[in-house]
Amino acid sequence: MRIIDTSFIEETVYKMALHAGVHLTDSCKSALQTAKESESSPAAAFALDSVLQNAKTAEENEMPVCQDTGLSVVLLEIGQEVFLEGKLLTDAVNDGVRRAYADGYFRKSVCDPLTRKNTADNTPANLHTEIVAGDKIHVTFLPKGFGSENMSKLYMLTPAKGVQGIIDSIVETVKTAGSRPCPPVYVGVGIGGSFDSSAFLAKKALTREIGTHHERDDVRAIEEEALKRINALKIGAQGFHGDTTALGVACEIAPTHIAGLPVAVNIQCHCVRCEKEVI
Amino acid sequence: MKKLTLPLTQEEIESLHAGDSVLLSGVILTARDCAHKRIFEYLDEGKPLPFPLEGATIYYAGPCPAKPGMASGSCGPTTSARMDSFAPRLLDLGLNGMIGKGEMCEEVRLSLKRNKKAYFAAIGGAGALYGKSIQKSECIAFPDLLSEAVHRLEIVDFPAVVAIDCYGKSVY
Repeated sequence: MRIIDTSFIEETVYKMALHAGVHLTDSCKSALQTAKESESSPAAAFALDSVLQNAKTAEENEMPVCQDTGLSVVLLEIGQEVFLEGKLLTDAVNDGVRRAYADGYFRKSVCDPLTRKNTADNTPANLHTEIVAGDKIHVTFLPKGFGSENMSKLYMLTPAKGVQGIIDSIVETVKTAGSRPCPPVYVGVGIGGSFDSSAFLAKKALTREIGTHHERDDVRAIEEEALKRINALKIGAQGFHGDTTALGVACEIAPTHIAGLPVAVNIQCHCVRCEKEVI
Repeated sequence: MKKLTLPLTQEEIESLHAGDSVLLSGVILTARDCAHKRIFEYLDEGKPLPFPLEGATIYYAGPCPAKPGMASGSCGPTTSARMDSFAPRLLDLGLNGMIGKGEMCEEVRLSLKRNKKAYFAAIGGAGALYGKSIQKSECIAFPDLLSEAVHRLEIVDFPAVVAIDCYGKSVY
């Protein structure tokens, strides 16, 4: 058994949130650079150049790379040999988020869904926990912007729709989103599970580095075919009809019920910010 | 790239065509979801707005707080389509144009054409670049809405693309 004080988790979340708000992931920067170099539309190339310049400006000035510093999605994969001590885990995570959003001069973007009154400190975080083997905690911090989140969709397909139906659903989601989610997008897809777990899988897929593929060949084939068809849409950066509409498609799968085929498509804008740490 | 100073004259607006790249300087007002809802409540109740709408350019944005020593925090555009239902009425009341990101609906396009105004697209996700182009920022209405309040921004060389021109032509 390993004892971990939750104040250590708070500190880790604090540092990760501060860093995430200002920095794109390396795989995002390199995917944007590749997209810019091969872009044939001048308007889309200008947009891609601007977002790369913006990433540099943000880092140099330590200011948020996008003003939408997001809803804080925190995933904790907790080893079952860990014993947590100290304040309630949820409070520790929220305290880390609260302090980071104040100290980083980040926008507070969380509000009551009905009254729309802002909570003024970006809490509560969207906290997911999973129990895994071992005595470590894997922490993932994903600040999720909502221009892209709003364009996400969930399909409850019939099993007869099969692989083709899955790919069609992914492409349809990106097509319907058009210029709204800040393309080029990163597409997270959850296949299988249930109504709720497919959506979580889609979110989890977005925490994978851009350019990585699922280990199963048949899942990888879906990722590749969907990306090819998405880029053939020619929506392009900012909707300026360029060659790159998506930087990548990442699929995660889980067993489902014999009667169903849930497909969740979670859209991420080109500002991919995601931090990972192991405690 | 064409350099323009806001508010644009009618002649300047008519010289712009969808797809043109421009650098905007001058004064813009931020307003997004909640501010628009509030503006409409004022209009529906016949109450005078705390700022003049006529001749103004609205920027669909909600900035980050400014760090000490800076005029503004990051301040890129938000998705304009969420303001689709608000824009036509404001254009009819004399709004001089809007800046945001992404396509807007057919009704907005027709309203821009009818009112001979333009909608500009800023580069979404370039919040730090836009934050640096802001020389002065001041909250002028609805401070309780925090980042969704109306801020008066003085901008210099703010890059944008004419997304829908006053002839109703769109880049999307």
